Amino acid sequence: MNISLTVNGTSHTMDIPDENTPLLWIIRDILDLKGTKFGCGKAACGACTLHVDGEAVRSCSYAVKFAEGKEITTIEGLGDLENPHPVQQAWIEGVVPQCGYCQPGFMMATAALLEKVPNPTDEDIDNNIINVCRCATYYRMRKAIHRAAELKAALPMPESQNV
Amino acid sequence: MGEDEKNRKKVSRRQFLIRGGLGTVGVLALGTYLFRNPLRRFAAGAINTADAPYMGSTDTPIIWFEVIKDNTVVLHSPKVEMGQGTFTGLAQIAADELEVSMAQMRVVHADTASGNIDGFATGGSTSISSLWMPLRELAATMREMIKTEAAKKLEIATADLTVSDGIITGGGKTMTYAEAVAGVKEWDVPETPELKPVSDYTFVGKPIARVDLKDKVFGAPIFGMDASMPGMLYGAVVRPSLIGAKYRGANTTKAEKMPGVVKIVKEKDFVGVVATSYIEAQNAKEAIESEWETDRNWNTADIKAMVEVGKGKAFVIQKEGNPDDILEGSADSLVSEYWSPIGAHAQLEPSGALASVEVGKATVMISTQVVGITRDEIAKRLDLDKHKVNIIPTFLGGGFGRRLHTPNGIQAAVLSRAVGKPVQCFFTRKEEFQNDTFRPPTHHVLKALLKSNGMIEALEHNVSSGDVAFGSPMLPGIAESVLGADLGAWRGGMIHYGVIPNYQAVSWRVKLPFATSWWRGLGLLANTFAIESFMDELALKADKNPAEFRLVHIQDDERGKRLKSVIVAVVEKAGYKDEVVDGKAMGLAVSTDTNTPCAQVVEVSIQNREIKVHKVTCAMDPGLVVNPDQVRAQCEGAIIMGMSAALYEKMEVVDGALTPTIYGPYQMALMKHAPKEIDVVLLQGADVPGAVGEPPLGPIGAAIANAVFRLTGKRHREIPLHLG
Repeated sequence: MNISLTVNGTSHTMDIPDENTPLLWIIRDILDLKGTKFGCGKAACGACTLHVDGEAVRSCSYAVKFAEGKEITTIEGLGDLENPHPVQQAWIEGVVPQCGYCQPGFMMATAALLEKVPNPTDEDIDNNIINVCRCATYYRMRKAIHRAAELKAALPMPESQNV
Repeated sequence: MGEDEKNRKKVSRRQFLIRGGLGTVGVLALGTYLFRNPLRRFAAGAINTADAPYMGSTDTPIIWFEVIKDNTVVLHSPKVEMGQGTFTGLAQIAADELEVSMAQMRVVHADTASGNIDGFATGGSTSISSLWMPLRELAATMREMIKTEAAKKLEIATADLTVSDGIITGGGKTMTYAEAVAGVKEWDVPETPELKPVSDYTFVGKPIARVDLKDKVFGAPIFGMDASMPGMLYGAVVRPSLIGAKYRGANTTKAEKMPGVVKIVKEKDFVGVVATSYIEAQNAKEAIESEWETDRNWNTADIKAMVEVGKGKAFVIQKEGNPDDILEGSADSLVSEYWSPIGAHAQLEPSGALASVEVGKATVMISTQVVGITRDEIAKRLDLDKHKVNIIPTFLGGGFGRRLHTPNGIQAAVLSRAVGKPVQCFFTRKEEFQNDTFRPPTHHVLKALLKSNGMIEALEHNVSSGDVAFGSPMLPGIAESVLGADLGAWRGGMIHYGVIPNYQAVSWRVKLPFATSWWRGLGLLANTFAIESFMDELALKADKNPAEFRLVHIQDDERGKRLKSVIVAVVEKAGYKDEVVDGKAMGLAVSTDTNTPCAQVVEVSIQNREIKVHKVTCAMDPGLVVNPDQVRAQCEGAIIMGMSAALYEKMEVVDGALTPTIYGPYQMALMKHAPKEIDVVLLQGADVPGAVGEPPLGPIGAAIANAVFRLTGKRHREIPLHLG
């Protein structure tokens, strides 16, 4: 079937033979954006977390047909070296990653959390950031999440909200 | 003086060759640090008492450095980066001798075609310690070679040149390293120059940010699973779900007709499929009807019975005085048993590889901890000369010992050869959990006799474990008969309380029906859990403060002094008190792993019938610290990974299958379990770097169990700890 979706601001239309193909493989193998990771294929670890219309989604278990017409953001679209997202900035300041494989999933989950809960408590973090990190960088991640909230709060408001 | 100091050989003039061209210059060293000591000494030295020497390679030439036109220096690392921060530490060490800035250093994985192949592995917490001396000497030699060329081009005596940030200055003129090396055909290679004293280093000892930080924060495609090649296809291999299953054949009629299938590949030992997408390959694999033969339906109880002390073959690995007679002859001996379960690696990036096999040669991109062994195994299976196989190591999405076995590389290569195109082939998560090389289950029997003054008269530790080192491609088959006891299984299992007049450690070897092997720290976690829980029992029986009780039993040699220092430091930093305050108790435990002593104090409470770890204080002495921030990061990660194993993780064997096969049911520490406070104190009791990545995983299990005893009065003898 033909699928149209927007990924990191660029619209794509593609012919997907199997509409139940997980979005993860479309992102990784067709669009060649490898920052979104495969960890378990069962939505159990969160390594594949990306945003679909702003919501954190575990893309290994999200059929591409549900992404029709939607706006998708991956780690590559979250920010870049010149304009890092506050979460990425906090991750850099805190030197969070070790092996780094699960980190995009954690950063995407955190970015989505901060949209809903701008200043999360430790309990909010415990309840919402439930991905798996085998290097166990949780200690630095928790600090980085609090720091990201600070950085994000300090950003100028987008113009549309200033009106 | 550390072992690597004693074993090192200076870089000789013969060991340098130069390759020029294309704006880069490779500085090549041959067979520099080949280790020739007998296997037994190596094994004992590497695993228990000292830092492993760097083993190098016999391949020639070997590329270590390239100078790029933009005046960047590229270090081709023979050690792989799996999160432990090795690339950053190596860059700091090289930059200081090369006289370049950190921004000018780039570190890449050496592919095997570069000749820079580690003769051992990336593992055992040896990367920085083993390369500390070789890398400094190589970098210093290269710096002098570049200065010599600059002197010729600038027509100024070498002695009148100064270097800084990769710029050579003298007589009012300047030249970059890249300009100095451009066009050089014949090089003057000096005797190994004097190394700078550590106190003169700019980067060593500083908390420099990881060199791979930005790639990892912005999602760069750096891992094995991210590798791709033009025209790449997707493979899948049928893997057994039952213990001991032998492949007997497959009916692939149905699978052949599945959408996207390019080829079904039937080999004598496995069946696989190549398709045009990941999902098509997986679906076709599911349609293959494979036949497997098993001779027994194993269960957890069978495995547990096999690893009982007394069932396997015993080897005394440490003995002082006459512990047998004293312990057997006394009715007052205290005897305790401990157990640990089967553990999974559960690293996030599954095992797999991308292989491109053409006529007469192969290229394989893979997450591996044994780059040279991976190459040799693939070359053997493809019947190629090993120099026709190039392994391009990628960043590892977790290592922890899982990638010391890489049959997955062979499978990808065989699939690629069958279709004549590059093929990527990875394990599913279920396959990963069922076909892991597990942390072996263990059983420990400890015996001791206390004197009336509260001192230990005799102590014995028996550990029975599935194999760790044996059966690994890293040890030749002969190792079993040379070594007897499995050096991995007893890591952390020796008694480090040298004041005790009579003690011994006995390693019981059991061959289990499924693969068990290296897991971060090897036997360290389980052995320390047993010994340090038992020490706590003895301290209580002797009515002594647990910290004091340990201190009085440690001898006054160098090793003992460092061990005592970390105990004193952790007690002070944590404000350790052996009492329950506001429902919180402290627990202490200590370990010495590969010459790095580590002591930890935990603060624990019971909340909703669950063990809650609030704070961990860790004092560790890894010798000279190259990057304090990354050493702290390793402590933080190892502590939580050790907590995860001590409180949650457990594989079971049910009706012949290892289970669970997914995260969640395989419980692990998550954000909500992580301590809110981790306080790390680093001591530097040696002037060379020692082990970092594994030692801090030792004490945590026992420290938690010891704290829990103070809260509940129940001595937990099995990990994961369950309040019941």
